[in-house]
Amino acid sequence: MQQTRPDGITPSQTVGPYFAYGLTPNGKYDWNDAFNNNLVTSDTSGERIRIEGQVFDGDGAVVPDCMLEIWQADAQGRFSDPQDKRALTNTSFKGFGRIGTDAKGGYAFDTIKPGIVPDPDGKPQAPHIVLAVYARGMLLHLYSRIYFDGEAANAADPVLALVPADRRTTLIATRQPGGNAVYRFDIHLQGDKETVFFDV
Amino acid sequence: MTLVYPVQSLAAHPPRLSPAYKSTVKRSPSKPLIPMRHTLSELTGPVYGHETVRENDHDLTVQGKGEPIGERIIVHGHVLDEDGRGVPNTLVELWQANSCGRYVHVVDQHPAPLDPNFTGAGRTQSDAQGYYRFVTIKPGAYPWGNHHNAWRPAHIHFSVFGHSFVSRLVTQMYFPGDPLFPFDPIFNSVTDEKARNRMISSFDLENTKPDWALCYRFNIVLRGRNATPMENS
Repeated sequence: MQQTRPDGITPSQTVGPYFAYGLTPNGKYDWNDAFNNNLVTSDTSGERIRIEGQVFDGDGAVVPDCMLEIWQADAQGRFSDPQDKRALTNTSFKGFGRIGTDAKGGYAFDTIKPGIVPDPDGKPQAPHIVLAVYARGMLLHLYSRIYFDGEAANAADPVLALVPADRRTTLIATRQPGGNAVYRFDIHLQGDKETVFFDV
Repeated sequence: MTLVYPVQSLAAHPPRLSPAYKSTVKRSPSKPLIPMRHTLSELTGPVYGHETVRENDHDLTVQGKGEPIGERIIVHGHVLDEDGRGVPNTLVELWQANSCGRYVHVVDQHPAPLDPNFTGAGRTQSDAQGYYRFVTIKPGAYPWGNHHNAWRPAHIHFSVFGHSFVSRLVTQMYFPGDPLFPFDPIFNSVTDEKARNRMISSFDLENTKPDWALCYRFNIVLRGRNATPMENS
């Protein structure tokens, strides 16, 4: 059914403070999860990683009612979406995760390190995960990217190159000491340490 | 289908800093956002399996042991792109307060009763034409702490995915003729009146079920239009 041409998109509104039952029950409410913070499936190939951190507001206070969503390629740089016309994955890795922050503004995702994804000119982008941030007090979600420290490809990444050098570190998850591949990525919504957000 | 996502469309959205809605003051970025070209990472998005939506997830009146209290309603419409084409097979999530204006949430301390037969969460997938349909209870207005005597107009929260990560939308559906509209800083954060009105559902007598439930239509328009040589974005 063809509708009449709309006069514009539906505006965004805040996710509000009460989304948890519907969007992030995560065992705290009895509704089932459509998505959670563990993206790894039994047949997923690639380096297992954990990304964890906290979300802070402009006063440096933690944001305990935030929702985070991530979207990423698999270890070979392929998206689990038929719109990615390249060879599709043969695994059940979906590449999408969602979590609500805890009382300390904390979050964690268990996933795999994504592979190299080309930019529109076919140039390689450094491994990265796309991030969307939602919360009470945010009328429209924010987009950012999570990159990984120690990646040689960061130096030539076309998106990181758009970011002033002194703010680039806000986009780079830092590897934590220890044997497990744990990366820390804090999100600052505002202020001196403000995370770089993209206008997409 | 190959879609383009003109950034001009984003003008319909509210500014992130809307001081009348006080929580935006410390939760909106103070530095300019950095424009970038969309890459495959932005132009793709999640695909969900059939297991994501269960049989009664679209009907919030049958999820409890008994019937919830309140005015039963049907909320339906199409998920569309900017050219008016239906967005097929996309996940539509919904959450809302009960008929008394109370959410199932540890933080909601509004002294209105919870309804043991109503949790306020629903989920469905649009069909091949982009059509979706929910059965639910009309939510009540509720007070909040933004300013003296602040009340949210009755609303239903929607979360929709669309074709890609940049078509992602979280919004609120309002009901026509709500007397609280002029006083609500969240509704009025959308400065353009036409855009604001796109968040208001319309009463749908044609699809109202006699002796059973009123119907409201709410079309959800996501970013994205077909790339043609005529479009200069």
